[in-house]
Amino acid sequence: MNQHRIYVDGLACWSPQTPDWPSTRAALRGEAALLDPPARRPAPELLAPTERRRAPDTVAIALEVASRAVAQSGRSATELPSVFTSAHGDLAINDYMCSTLVAEPAAISPTRFHNSVHNAAAGYWTIGTGCMQASTALTAYLHSFAHGLLEAASQCIADQRSILLVAYDIAAQGPLGSVTTSRGMLAVAMVLAPERSAQSIGRLDWQLKPSSDTPPGPASAAAQALAINAIADCLPLLEAIAHEPDFALELPLGESLVLQLEWKTCNEPD
Amino acid sequence: MGLQAAFEHERSGLSRNDFGVHALDTWIGRVAGVESLPFPPAFADIDCRNNRLAWLGLQADGFIDLAMAARQRYGADRIAVILGTSTSSIGATEQAYRECDADGSFRADLSSPVLHTPHSLGVFVQRVLGLRGPCVTVATACSSSAKVFAQAERLLRLGLADAAIVGGVDTLCGSVLFGFNSLALVASEPCRPFDIARNGISIGEAAGFALLERGHGSLELIGYGESSDAHHMSTPHPEGLGAERALDDALARAGIDCSTIDYINLHGTASEKNDEVEASLIARRFGAHTHASSTKGYTGHTLGAAGIVEASIALMALETGIRPGTVNTTVLDPRCGPQIRMRTERAPVTRALSNSFGFGGNNCVLVFARGDAQ
Repeated sequence: MNQHRIYVDGLACWSPQTPDWPSTRAALRGEAALLDPPARRPAPELLAPTERRRAPDTVAIALEVASRAVAQSGRSATELPSVFTSAHGDLAINDYMCSTLVAEPAAISPTRFHNSVHNAAAGYWTIGTGCMQASTALTAYLHSFAHGLLEAASQCIADQRSILLVAYDIAAQGPLGSVTTSRGMLAVAMVLAPERSAQSIGRLDWQLKPSSDTPPGPASAAAQALAINAIADCLPLLEAIAHEPDFALELPLGESLVLQLEWKTCNEPD
Repeated sequence: MGLQAAFEHERSGLSRNDFGVHALDTWIGRVAGVESLPFPPAFADIDCRNNRLAWLGLQADGFIDLAMAARQRYGADRIAVILGTSTSSIGATEQAYRECDADGSFRADLSSPVLHTPHSLGVFVQRVLGLRGPCVTVATACSSSAKVFAQAERLLRLGLADAAIVGGVDTLCGSVLFGFNSLALVASEPCRPFDIARNGISIGEAAGFALLERGHGSLELIGYGESSDAHHMSTPHPEGLGAERALDDALARAGIDCSTIDYINLHGTASEKNDEVEASLIARRFGAHTHASSTKGYTGHTLGAAGIVEASIALMALETGIRPGTVNTTVLDPRCGPQIRMRTERAPVTRALSNSFGFGGNNCVLVFARGDAQ
């Protein structure tokens, strides 16, 4: 199998208990408690004031981590294509749409309808930053982060361009919550680059590998607490980055395929 | 009636809306009998209208046999499944809400978590075909099943898969009928793309699949372009700058210019704004020899499946020389150049484009060619 090499030039994370990467890292290392009381939803500063207030939670948390990761990468948002990935999209809007269709279908809000598309966060990101690059929105259910990373890494290599990856999910609401188990809010973003730069945090060698083994889940108490969310398949990677300067890790892409990763922190020349 | 016969007879497949409990006054492209089709019992936990239509689509035109032969050739691990949808199985979630228990929980037979998530489509198709490669669902609204071609091309180019099942499935549901109605985008008559008196879309449903392999063949994907409008969630950029950027990206990747395009399947939804912007783009970029049409008067706007439906029509044009017209339309908007045709014509097609533009300002343009033209 072909192995490919990319660099991570920006990394951001947000949850109500760990509202940035330094606090996430500290919690995953067992060096800090989860924030209590939890942080409030971030305001999507990129959007116009009226849109900011009405923005769905998925859009607010996705734009928060996207902005921070891009700022850290030292790049302009307008030059980066993007891959947005989420297991479920905006579960609160799904609950709204389905319950309104039962009660009074003709009363559906046009704004909430257009915000119900899976690519709403991607759309608001490109609108808010004025970015006209390619943007996509994916889902692979409980493997959504791994598939988002695979697609972003593939674009990075195929087009030899830096790219933004954003992954997020929120809590199921209403009757949908009786079957869909996602809870809390969790978002993570990375800027991936084909070449090393002064901003590079780590080097990621990656390849696909058939494997039916179940890799170990997140180990720390903090990661287990955050794992109530449907984008939790990002946590083993975040936990490894928090703990180790160099590591190898397998992220499941399905029942019999993994994304095999080898990470080396960029604190010395390659 | 098959698509080719529909184009030859210039016959729309739209019918008066009879879908759902509260039927809106509109016309739809409904696939008859989806509810009562046989469905593989092993997949009862993800049985829904969308996966039923996926199953019907897989069985059409011998596609399953092609997919099975590819599995034999490459191995199940080496075939990716990349499918587009807008609302996927949300119709099942709508039904579960209608039929909730008194305590607000879902009925037992509608309680499989994977039934209530958009990747239910990818999960069903991968499992029913017995594949084990990468499997992902693309959901960028109405460009979804065009973008799957671009994503698959990258996986094949990088050697991450040897073949890819691409396509898309979207089905009628309350969310899209009442959602587009809330935006005042639904016509009360069969949609009339590019007509001066057009007044909105007709929603349709469809499933379509294609098998992509690396190398040369009789029909080839020679380019794709992807871009964002960066303008508005549900209204296109007024000058079509995002769409034009996707067009330029597609032509650049194909290494050709507009003059070599024989047929364009337009996005052409029959919404006021889309058709205005797209007609101007085609008029300023293409010569009069290019035959362009919207086929949404035949099929309705199949949303997340529009990309694969219209890619298939572009491929059919390459194979047969049938250049569909724009059915239902009687008087073209004066913004239309000579490219946009109302009548079906027959003449060889060497290179064809398909345009797909979605909410969120998400654009994708595909370029296909006959293998003997390269």
